[in-house]
Amino acid sequence: METNKHFLVGVFNDQDDLLHAVEHIRHKGVKIHEVYTPYPIHTLEHVLGYKRSWMPKAAFMFGALGTTCAITMQSWMLGYDWPMIIGGKSFIAIPDFVPVTFETTVLFAAFGMSFTFFVSQGLGLFKVPRIFDIRATDDKLVMAIDLGKNKLAEADIKAILSESHADEIYRKDFTDAENNPTFMGYLIDLFNNGVTVSGRKLIR
Amino acid sequence: MQVISTVREPLITGGKTIKDVTEDICKQVEGAPSKSWIAAFGLSFLLLAVGGAFLGDLFWTGIGRWGLNKTVNWAWDITNFVWWVGIGHAGTLISAVLLLFRQKWRTSINRAAEAMTIFAVFCAGSFILMHVGRTWLAYWCLPLPNTYGSLWVNFNSPLVWDVFAISTYLSVSLVFWFIGLIPDLATIRDRATGAVSRFIYGMLSLGWDGSTKSWMHYEAVSLVLAGLSTPLVLSVHTIVSMDFATSVIPGWHTTIFPPYFVAGAIFSGFAMVLTLMLVVRKVYKLEDYVTMEHIEMMNIIIIVTGSIVGIAYTTEFFIAWYSQVPYEQYAFLNRMTGPYWWAYWAMMTCNVISPQLFWFKKIRTSLMMTFVLSIVVNIGMWFERFVIIVTSLHRDYLPSSWVMFSPTLWDIMCYAFSFGLFFTFFFLFAKYFPVINMAEVKAVWKDSNPKVYKARRTISNDWIPENERVEEVVH
Repeated sequence: METNKHFLVGVFNDQDDLLHAVEHIRHKGVKIHEVYTPYPIHTLEHVLGYKRSWMPKAAFMFGALGTTCAITMQSWMLGYDWPMIIGGKSFIAIPDFVPVTFETTVLFAAFGMSFTFFVSQGLGLFKVPRIFDIRATDDKLVMAIDLGKNKLAEADIKAILSESHADEIYRKDFTDAENNPTFMGYLIDLFNNGVTVSGRKLIR
Repeated sequence: MQVISTVREPLITGGKTIKDVTEDICKQVEGAPSKSWIAAFGLSFLLLAVGGAFLGDLFWTGIGRWGLNKTVNWAWDITNFVWWVGIGHAGTLISAVLLLFRQKWRTSINRAAEAMTIFAVFCAGSFILMHVGRTWLAYWCLPLPNTYGSLWVNFNSPLVWDVFAISTYLSVSLVFWFIGLIPDLATIRDRATGAVSRFIYGMLSLGWDGSTKSWMHYEAVSLVLAGLSTPLVLSVHTIVSMDFATSVIPGWHTTIFPPYFVAGAIFSGFAMVLTLMLVVRKVYKLEDYVTMEHIEMMNIIIIVTGSIVGIAYTTEFFIAWYSQVPYEQYAFLNRMTGPYWWAYWAMMTCNVISPQLFWFKKIRTSLMMTFVLSIVVNIGMWFERFVIIVTSLHRDYLPSSWVMFSPTLWDIMCYAFSFGLFFTFFFLFAKYFPVINMAEVKAVWKDSNPKVYKARRTISNDWIPENERVEEVVH
């Protein structure tokens, strides 16, 4: 079975050109695999038709967990496990528990959401990215169209891309190994052959 | 609805392109360390090492090495702690509060300010660990099961709140800073010319590829973190102030402390950001990114917070008189005219009078004056904490226990140690990490140029949700 992946890559210089292009290309019925940009472009996610991020919901859930844990911990420790009379206050003095509860809520929400973000986006220390164009972290806006997932012929998609003012259009093929880069493979390539994931030679 | 003013000065000057942004910032990371950097780093490291030797002796012998006595049982340790924590407020304020207020000028300074915040909180934390005396038992501050029947910490105590506040603040700030760094580390990774740097920055950037989906979640995460950090940063100094305010010591027992401490923290934090950024800007030639506009904005924040602090000082006096409590009145008169009058007047001059000079546009836009005044402000803020802590303690209820406090060499060297710690970290950061948030600067690059902005109006509004459509302001 052939597992190689074939992509058409359109490179844009300007974010407004890109927005128009995405609009035009999707209108023509071409499926866009993903757009890679060096900085966040607002409205791009709307134009690509992505659903709103669910990260705030994750933050809320983790925050609520933090609140519950903090209140339970303090009430149990000072109210049941070892009650102590402190300044004549009741054992479970809710107003005094507010600061620690607040801090714990923030701690849980922030860490929970951040880890959700890392896990859901597949970010991690040993993650090796599949890079279409090395300039996507510098100044170019890079659109990738998966040829395997589009019914239109390559030439037609190419024509649509150039209609929508892509500054560069080229074909990018990934072999099976390039498509699923492994950390060890990447390390060997990097230190033995001086090749980075994008296939670029390190300049020595 | 997002409103973009067309009369604002451009945020990035010098006709920089997006490519230039990458070049200008990455150049500093990629080049070999300069001689001046090695000298500055060496000096900070020396300070850290010498201070560390004194610190080792302090741990070995005990905090009797400090000039504390029976009456003044908190002095430089807590002064330094509060001072560093205060400085550590600007970073989160700049990146979180200004993000919520959509202040785009923050993009050029937030990275360095956040880094500074984290290092300042390290320094503050080191004083907390020092002042407990038996530092190796500092974990007793945490609610951990123990062999005393599990005797828990007292959650009614502001000191325990402080443990939670400072540790949460430090860890959340670290996460916020690191998430902000990921896209920029990916930029450096993709430009790396050596296998080792490619490998290290590759690991640190967590495999970031800049896909729109990741950016969308990334933006949401940043916004929520900003929303969480804003009350967090306010709560931290509020709780620090409660260490004093919930006691019954005249001079500490005032309800004005939380807002007054928070304003003071922002005040000193911005001053420290200015001190550092003016140097970084000069050395790294970042005049087009940190423009006069940025400096002026920060100076305006310094006037505002400096004035709030000034009003707080006056209010304290008024309330002392108005309360008709003789102990309270004496505490405040003693501050102003007692044996520590010089500390009080140093605080008043540096914190209340000197920032008022920024009302003059000439001074506000002068680099030299800004640099000098930013240091003056931080000297003043150190004296503020010294005045609050030492002058309130040194006159006890019994005149027979009235004393003066004088610092020993160990007091001074522990303070020097914290400077060594701070600058060692800061210089490492300034060399090996991008000092300006490239991704965010690139994102505001277009908005910062009015002519290009006009062209942007051609985007079909149908794709933009109603509440996010851009409208022009008519002035």
